[in-house]
Amino acid sequence: MNLFAKIYYYIQKYWKAFKIYLIVAGPGLVVMVADNDAGGITTYAATGAKYGYHLIWFLLILIPVAYYVQEMTVRLGVITKRGHAEAIFDGFGAFWGWFSLIDLMILDWLTLVTEFIGMTSALRIFGVPPWVTVAGVVTLMGIIVINGRYWTWEKIAMLFCALNLIYIPGAFMVNPSVSSIIGDGLIPNFAGGFNGQLFFFLMANIGTTIAPWMLFFQQSAVVDKGMQEKDIPWGRFDTLLGSISTVVVAIFIIIVTGTVLEGVEIDSASQAAEQMMKSNRYVGTFMAIGLFDAGLLGAICISLASSWAFGEIFGWAHSLNNKIREAPWFYASYFFALITSGLVVLIPNAPLVLITLFVQVIAVTLLPAALVFLILLLNDKKHTGEYCNTLSQNLIGGLIVVAIVILSTLYGVSVMFPRLFQ
Amino acid sequence: MAISLHRFVRKIREINHRYSEPHIEMSAGVKMSLMALRIYLLLLVGIIAYKFVLLLK
Repeated sequence: MNLFAKIYYYIQKYWKAFKIYLIVAGPGLVVMVADNDAGGITTYAATGAKYGYHLIWFLLILIPVAYYVQEMTVRLGVITKRGHAEAIFDGFGAFWGWFSLIDLMILDWLTLVTEFIGMTSALRIFGVPPWVTVAGVVTLMGIIVINGRYWTWEKIAMLFCALNLIYIPGAFMVNPSVSSIIGDGLIPNFAGGFNGQLFFFLMANIGTTIAPWMLFFQQSAVVDKGMQEKDIPWGRFDTLLGSISTVVVAIFIIIVTGTVLEGVEIDSASQAAEQMMKSNRYVGTFMAIGLFDAGLLGAICISLASSWAFGEIFGWAHSLNNKIREAPWFYASYFFALITSGLVVLIPNAPLVLITLFVQVIAVTLLPAALVFLILLLNDKKHTGEYCNTLSQNLIGGLIVVAIVILSTLYGVSVMFPRLFQ
Repeated sequence: MAISLHRFVRKIREINHRYSEPHIEMSAGVKMSLMALRIYLLLLVGIIAYKFVLLLK
């Protein structure tokens, strides 16, 4: 009887904890899963096709990297009740503030274009014309936000996050060799030696794991959600769960393409889906659905990151808890970014490859700045108090930031000068 | 149109005034980090400009 009482007690305890988590869950999980956007899926698909399972271990290293960076935005958002853009304006003055805001605006808009490229190419596989995809996505995203509740938006976004798991059954359907995954994938190795091309792939994987919009998005989402200091441990857990989820999904994508398409040159995720349909129709379909979902989730988050940042600085009402008539400029900027970026994809012969290239280059200019500001703001004891970075957090965070700055810069340079790393 | 533009310019000025002074404590470490960031960004802009010239050629 005593044993049953204990079991009942623990079930109740963990059920209560789970219910609390469900209330606080959201920003960390959504931002991390949305990080596996259309560009990310392409990177992982190409990594698997090129190197098989050999770089899985590297992705596992990226779990703590993503966690440590994003966790800082949770603390900063909760303590200051400010989004990242406003925190930079307030902390470092108008010059750095405008630099970050304008850079974010350009980067987000270009990234949105790449999300639309991913979504239209994914649905084109099923015979859906691009204009139908663009119109459908804009309508759907309008419906998601106009209900005027952050909670509803977040839960819908989490549903799309769940759809991101579609790659997991896809991986089981291609019957990968578990012993090869463990032997080749979990033991650190550099397949084919450490050359320029491998370095390019490693940098691309880092670049898709930490993106500048993620810092702005999560901090603003934490503020919009109204998280309090007592919620910080749950916010951390949410971020950790998100970091693990994003990498797990990435690993399963690598397993899928590493099993079916090893040795095939892949330029885009839609090309990978089409190739896979030839050998396994269902897996190819899963890949295409996953790509569409990734683009949609990325678009949902990226468009909001800009709108929140503008609202913070221009003093407009900028919460998803506001109705359209209460926050017209917030929603106007949201729809403006969405519609214009969607229309670019419909322009015949639009320079889509050049746009994708520019996304990487501009991300490189904003990411180091945003990361440096983040670390400096979390060392400002006057504003952060007891949640100021500790020495160990500074050492770990500083090391990660320096590594990301160096590698993302090299990635940006390699995108501009591809021959440099061959 | 002119009124909207005028309002927008006034808003920008107001933002610049509101955030004219940095509120973070400007210690030597912070100043050094910002200086390093300036140099880094100048170098990067230089590389991008060089690439742009190469593309034009």
